[in-house]
Amino acid sequence: MTSVHRIRVHPLPVRVTHWVNAFAMTCMVMSGWRIYNASPLFPFTFPDWATLGGWLGGAIAWHLAAMWLLVGNGLAYVLYGLVSGHLRRRLLPIRPAEVLQDAGAALRLRLDHRPDVYNAVQRLLYVLVLLAGAGVVLSGLALWKPVQLFWLAGALGGYEAARRVHFVMMAGIVGFVAIHLLLVALVPRTLPTMITGSASLHTPRKEAGA
Amino acid sequence: MIPSSPRPPAASDHHHQLRRVQRRLLLRGGLSIGALSMLTGCNLQDGDTVDKVLWAMSRWNDRVQALLFNPNRLAPTYPATAITRPFPFNAFYPEDDAPDVDASDWALEVSGLVQDRTPWSLQRLRTLPQESQITRHICIEGWSAIGQWSGVPFRSFLQRVGADTRARYVGFKCADRYYSSLDMATALHPQTILALDYGTEPLPAKYGFPLKLRVPTKLGFKNPKHIVAMFVTNDYPGGYWEDQGYNWFSGS
Repeated sequence: MTSVHRIRVHPLPVRVTHWVNAFAMTCMVMSGWRIYNASPLFPFTFPDWATLGGWLGGAIAWHLAAMWLLVGNGLAYVLYGLVSGHLRRRLLPIRPAEVLQDAGAALRLRLDHRPDVYNAVQRLLYVLVLLAGAGVVLSGLALWKPVQLFWLAGALGGYEAARRVHFVMMAGIVGFVAIHLLLVALVPRTLPTMITGSASLHTPRKEAGA
Repeated sequence: MIPSSPRPPAASDHHHQLRRVQRRLLLRGGLSIGALSMLTGCNLQDGDTVDKVLWAMSRWNDRVQALLFNPNRLAPTYPATAITRPFPFNAFYPEDDAPDVDASDWALEVSGLVQDRTPWSLQRLRTLPQESQITRHICIEGWSAIGQWSGVPFRSFLQRVGADTRARYVGFKCADRYYSSLDMATALHPQTILALDYGTEPLPAKYGFPLKLRVPTKLGFKNPKHIVAMFVTNDYPGGYWEDQGYNWFSGS
């Protein structure tokens, strides 16, 4: 196959919500780390350079402002994904056998990257990070309103347990982002695709998927 | 969160500092995706807009929280066995600097939109019906602790002094120069009490002798200690931390 043609990979709503989310999530994580430092749950703190807000009050102001952007954008993405069928089409099905097979192929660098199709490992990770996103928002709501939303805080095991749930969900999201950025670095052509929405389809080569 | 000087700072000082810091950090936050480490030395000149947006969002959050606030929703209560021992001390100064209030010449001043401005002595406050609660104190820093406070339900106190409960705010001034304020709906909440006792003893200095406002539906910094004056008003009274950037409503 010698001819190279362009295909649409990421529809506009997905690209817009992806980048808005990248900004909002960065604000939330960095300001959240500054809030964490005010009363660390574990025997470590985050370095100041990785935090946002300058002091506790500034960090909370960022956190409680950016949360509207994060949640509004996240709801828009989920709504679009459900109505358009994007979520079902791109993220399902998730079959354990396929995940194992694709993970093995990826680790041996023998997994083809198809710009318009997510492999089973990608599908699993994307679904997991969406669930972590829902978890971080729900536990955050429980911490923000432990009295008004007592049922939510109660479902998470109470205020102190909700702090830990919030931290674990954050850690899951940050871990996902680390893998995500590593794979973008390994397959750099996926980056312009998330901006322009289209990718060149040509003879597949052996590469890891992002 | 404890400033090096216990002097209550002028709000404008802090706004300025906050603005400078936030200016730097907005740039870092906005462009951090992929290039964080390169930007740590950047100094964005025009960041006032960011500061204004953050303050505007905080006022928006005040309104949302007022709408979410259910005046009948009670904060969870706990058995005595759940009380955190020792209950942590927290203020904008170290524990040794907690004010030494002399009970004999202390009286609670009452002013603003009230009918009876007679100051209240401790003995007289003790003659009013008292209530006790074991609730969770949640600090804006993230930690929480369960304690027991007893005293006069603030709602009955406001009724007793003929407060205009249609007014928007109740403000408090403290012996340690701390100050804060509540929305009227929270002031009237059944669990908001003028606490005279911690556990079964009168409040020790570290917990706010002689009078502390206990508000289990707000973060800890909205629970002023060493109260010397309260006033009912329609003019936004702000607060020590609120004027520096903590969200004013800060409801739980």
